[in-house]
Amino acid sequence: MAIDFLYPQYEVIRNRDRCITCRACERQCANKVHHYDVDFERMESDESKCVDCHRCVSLCPTRALKIVKTNHTFRENANWQGETIMEVYRQAGTGGTLLSSMGNPKDFPVYWDKMLINASQVTNPSIDPLREPMEIRTYLGKKPGKIERDENGKIIPNLSPRLKLEVPVMFSAMSYGSISYNAHESLARASKEMGTFYNTGEGGLHEDFYQWGNNTIVQVASGRFGVQKDYLDAGAAIEIKIGQGAKPGIGGHLPGAKVAPDISRTRMIPEGTDAISPAPHHDIYSIEDLRQLVFSLKEATAYQKPVIVKISAVHNVAAIASGIARSGADIIAIDGYRGGTGAAPTRIRDNVGIPIELALAAVDQRLRDEGIRDNVSVVVGGSIRNSADIVKAIALGADAVYIATSALMALGCHLCRTCQNGLCNWGIATQRPELVKRLNPDIGSKRLVNLLTAWSHEIREMMGGMGINSIEALRGNRLMLRGIGLNEKELEILGIKHAGE
Amino acid sequence: MKKITADLMHFKTLNDLVRDCEDKDIFIEHCVGQRYIAASSKGKSIIITGTPGNALGAYLDGSEITVNGNAQDAMGDTMNDGRIVVHGSAGDTTGYGMRGGTILVRDNAGYRAGIHMKQYRDHIPALVIGGVAGSFLGEYQAGGVIIVLGKGAEGKQPTGFFCGTGMHGGKIYLRCDEAPDIPIQIKADVATEDDKEDMRPYVAEYCDAFGGDVEELLNQKFYVLTPNSNSPYSRMYTFN
Repeated sequence: MAIDFLYPQYEVIRNRDRCITCRACERQCANKVHHYDVDFERMESDESKCVDCHRCVSLCPTRALKIVKTNHTFRENANWQGETIMEVYRQAGTGGTLLSSMGNPKDFPVYWDKMLINASQVTNPSIDPLREPMEIRTYLGKKPGKIERDENGKIIPNLSPRLKLEVPVMFSAMSYGSISYNAHESLARASKEMGTFYNTGEGGLHEDFYQWGNNTIVQVASGRFGVQKDYLDAGAAIEIKIGQGAKPGIGGHLPGAKVAPDISRTRMIPEGTDAISPAPHHDIYSIEDLRQLVFSLKEATAYQKPVIVKISAVHNVAAIASGIARSGADIIAIDGYRGGTGAAPTRIRDNVGIPIELALAAVDQRLRDEGIRDNVSVVVGGSIRNSADIVKAIALGADAVYIATSALMALGCHLCRTCQNGLCNWGIATQRPELVKRLNPDIGSKRLVNLLTAWSHEIREMMGGMGINSIEALRGNRLMLRGIGLNEKELEILGIKHAGE
Repeated sequence: MKKITADLMHFKTLNDLVRDCEDKDIFIEHCVGQRYIAASSKGKSIIITGTPGNALGAYLDGSEITVNGNAQDAMGDTMNDGRIVVHGSAGDTTGYGMRGGTILVRDNAGYRAGIHMKQYRDHIPALVIGGVAGSFLGEYQAGGVIIVLGKGAEGKQPTGFFCGTGMHGGKIYLRCDEAPDIPIQIKADVATEDDKEDMRPYVAEYCDAFGGDVEELLNQKFYVLTPNSNSPYSRMYTFN
């Protein structure tokens, strides 16, 4: 119908002088934007299919292509912007819930960008990380409340199981199904090389990946996909997924069409059936119930593995975290509202949850006030974009961070936000063999290692500037942060002073 | 056979004994609510008298458990293989997410029994409840077989409300005289002879464990509940 027509958001600009009709763009585009017109002997494009992923632009040997946002607009209206109008058309035409991918793209404040880091001058001199030892190794888990000794005065080792991270960064949960085999292999190999961990998400662990178990966090969600003794034993830690920043209060749903043979094996469900992880764990209605799941997992793995409880950052996150810290869990993971997703209802993604910066500050403060901060480690995710975000997160009280969107970018993601189509031209959010093979795990893992290596240099550099040579001394050290352009309430929640104070 | 007297023993002590026990056969007496017994256990045969606590046989991977008494909540959570036989009743979320093995409950089960039950290849889990089940039986069921024999229900629907909500695979057999009240995503048909042949091995297993006549049970009227579509949400979304 005419009223359902939406003008394409992006236009393909082809420089005819440069185009040599090699048809590389046509071969590269799974969305079938480009085609060769035999009669006119030239390339044509159907921009209505373009998702602005830049695959053709990147692969064009003569740089003949660029993608531009269309200047075709609705009549300007500050209230009814073009996107809002088109969403109404879409829903009026289909009756469907709007579905989007990746993190909240709306123009909400990014508090990381409103905090500044301290540096030493004259007193407490700064440290040169290239010449002096800088400790960024991090242990995650419960810290013992006291030192116990035997009758001979020897210390009794009473440490709970912990995760040892050589960099305070882990790759957060992305299931095999939402991302490809090669993407998972890249994450697994990079984790091993960097001495950190990746996370299976709720999609089970592929049999080929058990070899990287020591660098794997296995997830248990409400659907229990792929959860069995071998799976629990394979990982270095077990994460109970309660919530995800992109869709707090919403469950996961992998459509049956994406449950291909290999996915079926990993999730341990028949091919072609929906994989539904409902929002609630129907056996968890209280902290006591959560404790039961935590301990059933510990019993199942003979208390050898730390248990993580992952929640999304919501309004009363501090009170929830306080409960989790008393549930027997070793680590709390908090996911902010900018966290990515392979698919989430647009309205939920863009309107539910709170910024991770505020959630982290509130949780750390609450746990300290209650004297239970050492019961757990705190890991935060939900748009950690660079090493400065990490330094700020640790200064606000985080033990380590989870990254995923930036890790996918290292693998080639151009943030076109159409993962839900399953046609990722970069071989990441797809299960099509011809697309998956575009992501070479040798190169992918190397690029992830590069990213984490570069970030750890920068973290050391910033720590050195503050005169801090151990990440332990940065943790929760909010004096190292100052707010810029924040109001008093925001400063109070973040627990930091304003620049100039 | 290793004999353990549970009494006031902490669950961790008890479960360490079970886990580290070299005997295949274990007898736990005076059990008073210790949780997580035999979690992820395989290759053992465990008999319990008294009342085991929540999450009995969670992630069970092949062991056989017999309870001479009632069981509590979350029994057989995410069970992969093995068998649990309860000579009494079981609590809420019995067999949550079970993927394989068999649970036989002589009497009744609580709320949300068989929720998220799923099957995979030759792993077809079965949950047989002799009496009645609470509300939300087989919620989100994706595979496997749930049978409720309805003893004591006098032909009425042997479940609470919302039986099979969100079901998208597997089968639920209910013994009742009238068509059960169920959500619109699933359908209920009178069980045919073929259906009853499917049920037979499970009903026989129940009768072996607790007594009863297989033919007499199978001659009763059963309804079989199946999903209308195995992809109930596929038409719900529009890509943005």
